[in-house]
Amino acid sequence: MSAPAIQAKRPVLGWTIHDALIIARATVTASFRIPEALFFQLIQPVIFVLLFAYVFGGAIAIPGAEAGSAADSSLYRQYLMPGIFGQTVAFAAAASTVGLAEAMQRGIIDRYRALPMSQPAVLLGNTLANALRQILVLTVLSVTGFIVGWRINDGILNAIYAYLLLLLFAYTVTWVGAFVGLSVPNTETANTAGLIWIFPLTFLSNAFVPITSLPTWLQYFAAFNPISSLVQATRELFGNPTGAPTDFWTLNNAALYTVISCVAVIAIFAPLAVRKYRTATSK
Amino acid sequence: MTEDYAVEARGLVKKFGDVTALDGIDLMVPRGKVVGLLGPNGSGKTTTVRILATLLKATAGTAKVAGFDVAKQADEVRRSIGLTGQYAAVDEFLTGRENLAMFGGLFHLEKDYVATRADELLEMFDLTGAANRPAKTYSGGMRRRLDLAASLIAKPGILFLDEPTTGLDPRSRIGLWNVITELISEGTTVLLTTQYLDEADQLADDIVVIDHGKVIAHGTSSELKDQIGGDRLEITVQEASSAASAVSALAPLVSGEATIEGTRYSAPVAGGSPVLIEAVRALDAAHIGVADIGLRRPTLDDVFLALTGHGAEEEQLAEPSTSRRGRRGGRQ
Repeated sequence: MSAPAIQAKRPVLGWTIHDALIIARATVTASFRIPEALFFQLIQPVIFVLLFAYVFGGAIAIPGAEAGSAADSSLYRQYLMPGIFGQTVAFAAAASTVGLAEAMQRGIIDRYRALPMSQPAVLLGNTLANALRQILVLTVLSVTGFIVGWRINDGILNAIYAYLLLLLFAYTVTWVGAFVGLSVPNTETANTAGLIWIFPLTFLSNAFVPITSLPTWLQYFAAFNPISSLVQATRELFGNPTGAPTDFWTLNNAALYTVISCVAVIAIFAPLAVRKYRTATSK
Repeated sequence: MTEDYAVEARGLVKKFGDVTALDGIDLMVPRGKVVGLLGPNGSGKTTTVRILATLLKATAGTAKVAGFDVAKQADEVRRSIGLTGQYAAVDEFLTGRENLAMFGGLFHLEKDYVATRADELLEMFDLTGAANRPAKTYSGGMRRRLDLAASLIAKPGILFLDEPTTGLDPRSRIGLWNVITELISEGTTVLLTTQYLDEADQLADDIVVIDHGKVIAHGTSSELKDQIGGDRLEITVQEASSAASAVSALAPLVSGEATIEGTRYSAPVAGGSPVLIEAVRALDAAHIGVADIGLRRPTLDDVFLALTGHGAEEEQLAEPSTSRRGRRGGRQ
């Protein structure tokens, strides 16, 4: 038997990227091998669009049209879609949580940790793959939105910024999801723990109702909730209605606040998750 | 002259909170040898392997693997070892070949080498036919073989096998034993943990018996068997009521304490087959009906019983709570 051929040396960062891409590729490949899981991941936001557009649409008033009128419900759909986009990318965290909890329970994390590979690479690859999967989700969602009457009204360049902002947000929450996934004791817990914090976060925001319709104290929470600023920025970039103007700096500088929040959350949760990973054991 | 050791662990202590999992383990594995770490569930076998494989940090003590310190030179250690755990730690949505390619890539091996090596391993582990199917579709035995193949992608000189056959059916078990035997014959150093006494007997040159985080015995299989005395006289009497009189009738012949279980009598004896003839005479004189009588070489189960006061399997049932695994649910 010949000796194993080891690749030429690279700087540490080079190996980190090399290893992360291998993990990302495996993760993406795996998700296409479970078509039913992919299907349900895609169908869930579509159901949300239909529910909100046709069930709640008439009940939520958007300034600029008479409540209950045809113009109003069409306006609400314009208003709603960025909210659904925001909610959907927030849920990307849950896939990370469940994926890593499963990998840990099946002992595959042990194997990675016993390899001479870059240690943060497993998490970098996993979060990257989960964010990339959102491209597909956002595509399906955009088509659904288009069918119910949502439009991109402010040019293609701004629309691209909007999508990039959504993907940055998806990547950010997958780090939080990764940290949760490595912290929970088993996959059963991961299924609930992965979702439990996302629900209130998405609903205590301007995703589905104008922030001005919330009680005052909740308005403060909602205004600083990065999902609100993400949705606000996305509405502006797509040229969709934004609801009544507010005095909150976070919403008046929505894109900037969103980027700052994302960077801050990654700066906190990525090191936390990597530290958890380094001591994670399968039992 | 010092012997060349692939694994040298001294005074390993590991505490999880208040629980002491390892209480000063010394373990030496000579290069090219197979050492079996034998003990019941929760005795500290897996913890030992995890420390040696750089997955856990010891609370105290030192360990060197392939000459590298596991605490300070983790990367060098990882480059020298292969680890196969109790789980089939492969990506179940990837095919067998994709799994091997992935692990080869993460080992930073050349693509061409990995492709050739993957074919070689698939062939060796009888997985060529299933190479392009997701691992999810594999049987338990196939997954374990793929798992073992994955840990061999970089041809490590030292292999840690943590309960490699736990949960496998007898046929898959023997299949895996054959593969392991082949690796051993190629000169791979192996540290094998097992709770199966026959497995240690079958595969290991040296056996280290641990219980409650301590080494309680060490030696070759026959050395350990000699430690508890030579052969055992085993008799099945026709009526359980006569078992007690068998004990007194045979007392002058046996070299240790006799045990009785229903109609079955067992006691250590010295002196080989002549003892058997004398035993038959003694039983006949005492008018004790015998259904079966024989001399048996002690098994490692007897060793375990003699060393710890309990059988290896018994403890497993009696102390499931000491196994931290239970909390995590399913194994695979």
